Amino acid sequence: MSAELSETDIDVGLYRVLGDDGRVDATRDPGVPKDVLLRAYREMRRLRVLDARMILLQRQGRVGFYGACTGQEATPIATGLVAREADWVFPALREQSVMLVRGFPLTQFVAQVFGNSGDVLKGRQMPSHQSGRSVNQVTWSSNIGPQIPQAVGAAMAMKAKKTGALAFGFMGDGATSQPDFHTAMLFAKRFAAPCVLVCQNNHWSISVPTARQTAARTIAVKGRAYGVPAVRVDGNDFLAVYKVLGDAARRAREGGGPTFVECLTYRIGAHSTSDDPTRYRSDAEVEAWKKKDPIDRLRRHLSVMGYIDDALEKAIDEEATAEVAQAVKAVEEMPALPRRSIFEDVYAEMPWNLREQAEALEKLPPAPSHG
Amino acid sequence: MERTLNMVQAINDALRTEMRRDPRVVVLGEDVGKVGGVFRVTQGLYEEFGEDRVVDTPLSEGGIIGAAIGMALYGLVPVPEIQFADFIFPGYDQIVSELAKIRWRSGGEYAAKVVIRTPVGGGIRGGLYHSQSPESLFIHVAGLKVVCPSNPYDAKGLLLASIRDPDPVLFFEPKRVYRAAKGEVPEEDYVVELGRAKVVRAAQGAGKAVTVVAWGAMLYEALAAAEQVKKDKGIECDVIDLRTLWPVDVETITESVKKTGRLVVVHEAPRTCGFGAELVSLVCERALMHLEAPPVRVTGFDTPFPYALEMEYLPLAHRIAPEIVKTAEF
Repeated sequence: MSAELSETDIDVGLYRVLGDDGRVDATRDPGVPKDVLLRAYREMRRLRVLDARMILLQRQGRVGFYGACTGQEATPIATGLVAREADWVFPALREQSVMLVRGFPLTQFVAQVFGNSGDVLKGRQMPSHQSGRSVNQVTWSSNIGPQIPQAVGAAMAMKAKKTGALAFGFMGDGATSQPDFHTAMLFAKRFAAPCVLVCQNNHWSISVPTARQTAARTIAVKGRAYGVPAVRVDGNDFLAVYKVLGDAARRAREGGGPTFVECLTYRIGAHSTSDDPTRYRSDAEVEAWKKKDPIDRLRRHLSVMGYIDDALEKAIDEEATAEVAQAVKAVEEMPALPRRSIFEDVYAEMPWNLREQAEALEKLPPAPSHG
Repeated sequence: MERTLNMVQAINDALRTEMRRDPRVVVLGEDVGKVGGVFRVTQGLYEEFGEDRVVDTPLSEGGIIGAAIGMALYGLVPVPEIQFADFIFPGYDQIVSELAKIRWRSGGEYAAKVVIRTPVGGGIRGGLYHSQSPESLFIHVAGLKVVCPSNPYDAKGLLLASIRDPDPVLFFEPKRVYRAAKGEVPEEDYVVELGRAKVVRAAQGAGKAVTVVAWGAMLYEALAAAEQVKKDKGIECDVIDLRTLWPVDVETITESVKKTGRLVVVHEAPRTCGFGAELVSLVCERALMHLEAPPVRVTGFDTPFPYALEMEYLPLAHRIAPEIVKTAEF
């Protein structure tokens, strides 16, 4: 495990492997294979392209909302590469893409943003709330924090059933102010649940900076308060994140219980398409963080290693752009959802009140559109 | 074989029956293990099933419900105990925002089968935080089922049905009659189907009659009032024990009201937006032309639950009987 991991020390360091120049700290080189690094780069580029395209669609009025992951791609992509098929993922707002890495079709992922008949969630959730049973990515709400004790509970069940699986539970820095964060840490350690709890500290909970969110020295130390081994890692350093998450997952699989990982990163874009960050933070701050971009850093490392050249980079970008365009085109042709679907899945079987309401709705003309 | 059990013993019997039958069932909560729960409902389960299936948790209702949801997502069937319904609110977000909505919001891909058991109601000198009846706060939330038995036979059968039902259930146990309500309970496995009310006293003859709807501990007060008005005034009552509060058995209530033309609803919870309001609306929508008198609610007051004056707060028989008479004589 990384040297900085501790259950007790209130001083939390910052684990880094990759320098800004793309070179690794030789004493910490996790030796990530070339195919994994290239796969990570492809996934991160595809995600960057996807987010940009979805925000554009929202600006054009073709979808209602979007929350992008731009600048924070290293952690979800590393998670997708570290997780095994049997593991479960409880995402927060900026980790949907883990499921793409684990084989969920991009078309269905985009269909969730449109909320039409191609969406496995049947149009019930806002965009950026994807989940999928086929890849063990669990449904989540917009409320902040409830998924964290759920991830711990699932891990308790994994331990009880001896399946050898583990649960990844995600949160932002703001979520660590919620009671659910604290109950999750409490239960995780008390029951030695095989889970990896990950905070993407992107410095902003909408308009409130982490420094005004908490007076704790770090987010990671809050895990240590509950006896949960915690580490703070440079969240824009793919190699460091991959190493730390891989070690934490191995510990969980080997019966070592939970780990709390704080990934220090930055939300380059707005909180969502409904937010205007110019009201609360400076361009200079954003520009400084853009220089630490996780994709650029990995790209530099790939160059140093001789794994990529300009031609391959261009090919990867073209492939991602084409794939996203293809998915959007396919999804836009999908039919709308039948209105009766509102009433399905509230219960396993529709009770009398929902049958009555569904029948009444069927007799009405269609509702006006948002206009 | 039948034995006379009280509610506590009957619920314990149901838990033991289901834990023996289904290894996925786990009990968790505060003090549910060695001590067997503060009301002893889980007594002996820890000894029989061990600490992995009868889990003493940290003192955290939010954690209990949140962890139970995660366990259920992964295929266990958790039956958490919340020590008093008054303490459920740290877990309310997990119940309302998560448990109730997981099937729907995941397009039917995920479900969390959790049965939350918790004692409700007053009359035990419990003060405002050991006495409340929060059922309507859960009935209002799409996706939850809500059950409240009044007697040991139903308690066992309804709890077994609740655990085997595919949807999340709030199982409210009327603590005032935990030990007072006794009855014959079969040793064997049986279920009392969810969604079915029971007419526990039927109006006789062709004279004036009133439909009285109640559940939990207040059923006994409704029955006492019905006996009183028969003796004093010769007024007959259909007394209906709802048993399942949601989905409510609207047919049984409506059928009775179509016959009697009169409705009195009794509940301990405060009146405004209490479940009685919904029942009156349902009856008005379905049987308005049959009504001979305005429907009446006999309920707790729109105040916090009092300690010293709790017997004044509760809608006991002496408050129900005059309302039945007024309704009959309207």
